[in-house]
Amino acid sequence: MNIALTVDSVQQEALPSASEAGPAPKRIVVAYGFWIFLLSDIVMFAALFASYAVLVHATAGGPTGAQLFNQTTVAIETACLLVSSYTCGLMSLAVNSRNRLGTYLGALITFGLGAAFLTLEVREFADMIAHGATPQRSAFLSAFFTLVGCHGLHVTLGLIWLVVMMVQVAVMGFVANVQHRLLCFSLFWHALDIVWVGVFTVVYLMGVSL
Amino acid sequence: MTDVRYDRAPGDIPSEEARAWAPSEALVYTIGLLVALILTATSFWVANTSLLWPGGVGLGLAVLAIAQMGIHLVFFLHISTGPDSTNNVLALAFGLLIVFVVVTGTIWIVADLNDNMLMPSSDAMNMQMQRRSHE
Repeated sequence: MNIALTVDSVQQEALPSASEAGPAPKRIVVAYGFWIFLLSDIVMFAALFASYAVLVHATAGGPTGAQLFNQTTVAIETACLLVSSYTCGLMSLAVNSRNRLGTYLGALITFGLGAAFLTLEVREFADMIAHGATPQRSAFLSAFFTLVGCHGLHVTLGLIWLVVMMVQVAVMGFVANVQHRLLCFSLFWHALDIVWVGVFTVVYLMGVSL
Repeated sequence: MTDVRYDRAPGDIPSEEARAWAPSEALVYTIGLLVALILTATSFWVANTSLLWPGGVGLGLAVLAIAQMGIHLVFFLHISTGPDSTNNVLALAFGLLIVFVVVTGTIWIVADLNDNMLMPSSDAMNMQMQRRSHE
């Protein structure tokens, strides 16, 4: 009895190497692959940030960021996205404990806040375009609409993905595949919030104060 | 005995035994949200106040943004320094290297090109012309 216990504890200490353990469970492989994709997405955003930083003063006599940006709107957008990231985290907790009601509630709040963010952003763009600040006006505005629009496009895709996931939860329940996809979705949503931190700092706050 | 410990997936919650001592997950998200909110509010304050030396505002905003990205990575994406998160951290480190090279490289090279394109004041032009005529 004692010996058996000792043997057991020894084997727990000495972990098998990766080749002995075999491939990792699918949940880990899927999430790790999606993490690699997210990092490549962030590299793409880095290129857009770099081109924006290069072109920010190339206004061609047109409006500058300080004249165009409304900090109140940006603050509300930031709060929406940050809180939706939080509710997305709570939703993934509900998914892990297979709590249907909590999942739907978390998804609903996440979707509502994401949609509010998107509405504010579209209204901001429409307002700028109505005042003649179109992407064609200057290199600065081309870079601005590319960077912020690309982020907005990601948010739009995330919202569509969230709706699809809720349909899958309703139809298929919490099967393994649906859980993997929900894990990838929460990774995607948190990564979008990290990109937005860069956007509101580099584009809006530095554009207004520097 | 067959309890093999694998790496943790990014964004995944640590296994039961690993977080026996840790705070509950909901608490982790709440702490992350509060810290992120404080950092965001500080960023907006720094951008609008006149109390700070204007030359330092840009640097301050950059530091606050990087701090907030770190908070998001740790509290929302659960990237940790634990041994089961090594692969995730290595991938992140490589991604950050590429991001750093792309951003600083672009800004540096284009600023340099810009200087060379716009600089030619009449003096520099004359010197170049003279040098060319001597050759």
